[in-house]
Amino acid sequence: MGKTVIEKIIQAHTADEAAPGKIVWLDLDVRSARDFGGPNVVKNYEREYAGMPLAGPSQTFFTFDLCAPACTLKYADSQQVCRDFARKNAIRVFDVDRGVGTHVLLEEGLARPNGTVIGTDSHMNILGAVGAFGQGMGDVDITFAFRTGKTWFEVPESVKVVLKGTAQPSALAKDLTLFLLKELGTKKIALRSAEFYGPAVAGLSLAGRLTLCSMVTEMAGIIGFIPECLTSTKEEIEELSGAPFSPLTADDDAVYTEVIEIDLQGLSPQVAAPPSPTNVYAATDLRGTKIDSGFIGSCTNGRTEDFAVAARILKGRRIKEGLMLKIVPATRRVYEELLDRGILKDLFEAGAIVVNPGCGGCAEGHVGLTGRGEVQISTGNRNFAGKQGKGQTYLAGPAVVAASCVLGHIAGPEDL
Amino acid sequence: MDKFTRRGRVWVLADGSGRLIEDIDTDQIFHNSFLHITEIAEMGQHALGNLEGWKDFPKKAGPGDIVVAGRNFGAGSSRQQAVDCFIALKVGVIMAPSFSSIYFRNAVNSGLPILRCAELDALVTGRQLETGDEVEVHFLEGRGHCLGKKQDFSLEPMSPVQRDIFRAGDLFAFGRLSDRKG
Repeated sequence: MGKTVIEKIIQAHTADEAAPGKIVWLDLDVRSARDFGGPNVVKNYEREYAGMPLAGPSQTFFTFDLCAPACTLKYADSQQVCRDFARKNAIRVFDVDRGVGTHVLLEEGLARPNGTVIGTDSHMNILGAVGAFGQGMGDVDITFAFRTGKTWFEVPESVKVVLKGTAQPSALAKDLTLFLLKELGTKKIALRSAEFYGPAVAGLSLAGRLTLCSMVTEMAGIIGFIPECLTSTKEEIEELSGAPFSPLTADDDAVYTEVIEIDLQGLSPQVAAPPSPTNVYAATDLRGTKIDSGFIGSCTNGRTEDFAVAARILKGRRIKEGLMLKIVPATRRVYEELLDRGILKDLFEAGAIVVNPGCGGCAEGHVGLTGRGEVQISTGNRNFAGKQGKGQTYLAGPAVVAASCVLGHIAGPEDL
Repeated sequence: MDKFTRRGRVWVLADGSGRLIEDIDTDQIFHNSFLHITEIAEMGQHALGNLEGWKDFPKKAGPGDIVVAGRNFGAGSSRQQAVDCFIALKVGVIMAPSFSSIYFRNAVNSGLPILRCAELDALVTGRQLETGDEVEVHFLEGRGHCLGKKQDFSLEPMSPVQRDIFRAGDLFAFGRLSDRKG
């Protein structure tokens, strides 16, 4: 019987049978922990495995991205606990200067196609964008994996999501992703591996693939893969990671529990209203909703391409008086590209606040919070109550966020 | 009562209309303001601290209590604290129609009995299971019984790996039983 993408990756990393429903012992190529979860991993390790070696120091990493640099003593302490453990055990730290851990692992060529990567980040499955099996796990799992290099995993069923029709040119990867959240909710691909097919996803750049794959978490899926890939995207991934990339494909006779067809014809920019990423509307339906602040960044929309979209809209314009727009590149490398291409200057001159790389602004990190009554529009992936403070968060792509920040209310670029 | 059976008082996480609350995410269970906490004993006071209507849960909950939630419980972050806060309160069992994948694993690995029960929505809307009821749950047979209402229900039995980890205590203890795995 043929195998789906996830079954192939798992089979390449286990001696057990990689069939849906089976529990396998999985070999992990990369084990990582962040400044969130990391100190708990250290504490667990020193309690359970004191004096015992890590399974593979060269495959074990810390990535600090949540509160970078630390703005509370608690996070400063947490990061130092991890650094001390890392020095003692000769493992590498991608420190507070580097940015979002998943993106750093990708840029470092550590998260490879057909590889297995875990970390204390529920968006680790974003690595499905490059055909890697990424999975977020808690600190008990990660501690065990630091020591053994393995984890147990139940092989999920696979579902095929076929996208038909053509979106409007103004609808970008985030709009497609939000529309899929609306259509799939948190039930249709829950606890399954999704494979996305169709011209709309096959034509995505790396940034677009990352946007879609990151929000499979919000669809309650295990992971999402995009087996079809443009040559230009393949080259982009190879250049970024410094490693050859060929998208992993499913066998012709692979078995799917369901095939879901979704029609994208005429899709326009989308916005998720609070309190859930699946509460999605056409941006035009929410036009006029007053906003106080904007945020562009996160693992979902923190690549150079995302900021270039915003800069094209904001160049020569000013964000509305009294409104703040926070810009957080995903990584230091992205930051450098934004500097080199003059994108940061355009954003700065439009009045944006430019912050160093990391997860801040999406998680409650170093970039500030929303206050009671504040309405924010964000390129992040979650708008759950209380996630980024006491205000309300709308989710959108970088074009809608940029245009909304110029006008002071939810709007698309066509409204400018 | 054997290790795989527990009896306790139920807390039904329902909304004003009496339906189970779905998609309760980890920020509602254990808010990210407290992620720096590494001592399990300090986590209990924050359990459900950001879930409207349930912020006083840590004061009300007692050892052995059973938490009943709606589908996709534990959506969102990978934080172990969202499981450990219930362990700190000595909660005996968590049941829901479904859980987020990461949350479910975290509970399994920490040895907290976590069980899927497809019948919960019907039981709760039919008032056959309410907060305060005494319930007995059999993890391996996959059955439960609400004592006051004399109502039987079925649930998904623990999987072999879940059973073995629970029997050992947690993932670490389980790993030590095999040379290859810890």
